[in-house]
Amino acid sequence: MPPDSGHTFTTSGAARATSRPTDLRARGEPFLWGLGGALAFGVMMVAGLLLLVLWNGFATFYPRPIHVVTLVNGDVIAGEPTRTEDFRPPATEVAALPAAVRAGIETNLGFADRTLYRTGNFDLYGDDFRWITDYAVARVATPPDLYLFERLEWGAFIGRIKSVDLAGATFYAGGIPLDRLVAAHDEARRRWRQIREIEHDEIGRVNQQIESERLALRKVELRSGGPATDYADAARRTDARVVTLTGEYEGLAARAAALKAENARYTITLTEIGGREKSQNLADIVRFYPANDLSVLARLGVYFSRWGEFLTAEPREANTEGGVLPAIFGTFAMTLLMVVAVAPFGVMTALYLREYARQGRLVSIVRISVNNLAGVPSIVYGVFGLGFFAYIVGGTIDQVFFPERLPNPTFGTGGLLWSALTLALLTVPVVIVATEEALAAVPRSMREGSLACGASKWQTIHRIVLPRAMPGIMTGLILAMARGAGEVAPLMLVGVVKLAPELPIDGIFPYIHFERSFMHLGFHIYDVGFQSRNSEAGKPMVFVTTLLLIALVALMNATAIVVRNRLKRKFVGGQF
Amino acid sequence: MATVARSIQPDESGTVYHVRAGAEGTVIDVDGFNLFYGKKQALFDITFSVPRGLVCALIGPSGCGKSTLLRCLNRMNDLIDDVTINGDMRIEGHDLYGPGVDVIALRKRMGMVFQKPNPFPMSIFENVVYPLRIDGVRDRNVLEETCERALKGAALWDEAKDRLKESALGLSGGQQQRLCIARAIAADPEVLLMDEPCSALDPIATSKIEELIDELKGRYTIIIVTHNMQQAARVSDNTAFMYLGRLIEFGETEILFTAPKVTKTLDYVTGRFG
Ligand SMILES: Nc1ncnc2c1ncn2[C@@H]1O[C@H](COP(=O)(O)OP(=O)(O)OP(=O)(O)O)[C@@H](O)[C@H]1O
Ligand SMILES: [Mg+2]
Repeated sequence: MPPDSGHTFTTSGAARATSRPTDLRARGEPFLWGLGGALAFGVMMVAGLLLLVLWNGFATFYPRPIHVVTLVNGDVIAGEPTRTEDFRPPATEVAALPAAVRAGIETNLGFADRTLYRTGNFDLYGDDFRWITDYAVARVATPPDLYLFERLEWGAFIGRIKSVDLAGATFYAGGIPLDRLVAAHDEARRRWRQIREIEHDEIGRVNQQIESERLALRKVELRSGGPATDYADAARRTDARVVTLTGEYEGLAARAAALKAENARYTITLTEIGGREKSQNLADIVRFYPANDLSVLARLGVYFSRWGEFLTAEPREANTEGGVLPAIFGTFAMTLLMVVAVAPFGVMTALYLREYARQGRLVSIVRISVNNLAGVPSIVYGVFGLGFFAYIVGGTIDQVFFPERLPNPTFGTGGLLWSALTLALLTVPVVIVATEEALAAVPRSMREGSLACGASKWQTIHRIVLPRAMPGIMTGLILAMARGAGEVAPLMLVGVVKLAPELPIDGIFPYIHFERSFMHLGFHIYDVGFQSRNSEAGKPMVFVTTLLLIALVALMNATAIVVRNRLKRKFVGGQF
Repeated sequence: MATVARSIQPDESGTVYHVRAGAEGTVIDVDGFNLFYGKKQALFDITFSVPRGLVCALIGPSGCGKSTLLRCLNRMNDLIDDVTINGDMRIEGHDLYGPGVDVIALRKRMGMVFQKPNPFPMSIFENVVYPLRIDGVRDRNVLEETCERALKGAALWDEAKDRLKESALGLSGGQQQRLCIARAIAADPEVLLMDEPCSALDPIATSKIEELIDELKGRYTIIIVTHNMQQAARVSDNTAFMYLGRLIEFGETEILFTAPKVTKTLDYVTGRFG
């Protein structure tokens, strides 16, 4: 061996390598495969779920063609094909089929195909959907004169236009001037919206004023304890006010009635495929289109108009149709309010735990308890929220501030504020843990630098530690927000309703009504999917609403992330 | 040449002192100071005095307690749980650890520069005027004057004057360290404590900071911890040599480096160990 140290080193290194072989386990490849596999599995599940929601959510509103299906037994059915599936027809039915069909089913192991048609016309048929087995079909056609009407009541109508009555001028099928029909429909819808505005907003305001007069009087009565002179005065004044308000109310009602009478002059008569007729006010039709005679552009027009309605209108037909604006609004307002409640509470708790409390057994116990709160089923928070916030706190508020409204509860029942606080309680562990971690990650040198300048502990926390920990705190808030926005179970107890008559924010003083119950996208999904008269009709809405909820959470998160990254750039920055 | 302040103790159990004749009044007096981290004693019976307006260097091998001693002077060790002290430590005759001492007011009299630059995540301007901000100073003119004076004092003004609004985190390591010095002198303290201020710096930045220390001398009393013997010899008037938590030898730098009385000191300053 030459006296070359490098050479000596390599040989001895090689000798060591043979004496201590590195086996596969030590290199970690099998673990790597496991880790990668776990990741792939997780990604696939998430992507699959998202794809399902995206596909169904985006496809729902696209107008489909209408098939006219003639059955072997001579029945004729018109409807939108919704989906197709395998099923096993009963043996007695199979036995009665022609030999060729029977053989087909037998080679298919006893299975046949069937298609679900959305036939609409619930008022005439008593059902929206119908299964048709493929072997029962004789013929399928797509005639261009079939229309789909979306109505305010009874859902869709599928059929032909028989006649149109536009303020006395009657037109019959074949001679209907489509542009005049469309124009008259637009006018009728405009009037319909006016009526709604009058009935909902203006009459609502008058009613509210009458109610507040009544409550003011009741307050005087409670205070003076009966028919004292000031009570009599107040009663007189109230009566006078109520008379003028009632006059106002009658004026509004008359205006609405006039518009309604005008709308009643524009009607349309429809025939379904079986020949039965249905007369309808034009104003009660949301939109209509010839499903088999649409260009791609017109289809897209219908598609986007449906999305527009979904995002900006109120629900109808037991939430299975119309829009979800109140639910979007409720979810947004509640989540925002929750963040406003949880942020200071969680951050202050974490500050005390991490910066001020003496680190010892007690603090450890508190910390563990806080973490364990995350494991309490959310419905328990709902029960707590109802019992503590609504009944105890809210009940007390009612007794003290709103005695004139009793026995009707104001704050003493579920509402926006109590929901937000309940969810704040549910998400506060996330914020506390994230904040504590963020505080712990602030370098010691920075605190010492500040203290050495003669800053007090609070000045150091307020000027150095908190800004520096802010990105981490924001991360906690983002997690809390996502968790809170998707939570449904506790909300069912503390303020979410299937249909809220009023939004929690409106033009009537005090503008934000914390005590009002509200609608929520998560609950809307549950209600539409599982509580409506027709789960098949609600199914598309489930996906669209889910899509919307995800989009809303994503939007709120994205905003928070942008803010966080800006803070991070500002406060953490690159060192050296 | 050297007068003996207290006593010469040639054995290694006590401290050997050589103090310059006629040194003006002292700012800091430490007498029989002990410090324990939990049960472990880190400082043993430290006794020395720092004359006003001079530079005092603390040297000694790693882990001998230099930082601990320095941090005692502005009570930074209060932040560490389980520290007990006894003995006497005074600034201008006032007991540092006496009852009812206003720690915050005390720290305002003692600027500190740390081993690693620790600028705050704010603009350069805000960094420098931080001590004033916490005192509630709002007057723009005062703040700007102070900023300029402190940055000039820390030899950073020329580099930073056009980017005062930019984040301090964008400065180089050496600039950051000078910024920290500017921050420490912005509050006009009496004493400047520096814990290895040049350990993260290149020779040019180091020499700048050494020049700075020379300039600051006289106005401030400076106590500097350093591992660099040349640096200690260059910048300091007095030097304290510590070993294993004890103050071995204390006195005029020139004497300590040329004619130490204790063999340990000689070994250390000549680089034979440490
Ligand atoms: N927070 C602490 N808790 C317990 N022991 C500590 C703590 N800080 C320092 N010590 C111990 O006290 C002794 C002195 O440490 P100190 O940091 O003062 O040394 P130093 O002289 O500054 O060393 P260096 O030159 O490496 O900075 C060391 O033994 C160290 O382990
Ligand atoms: Mg040190």
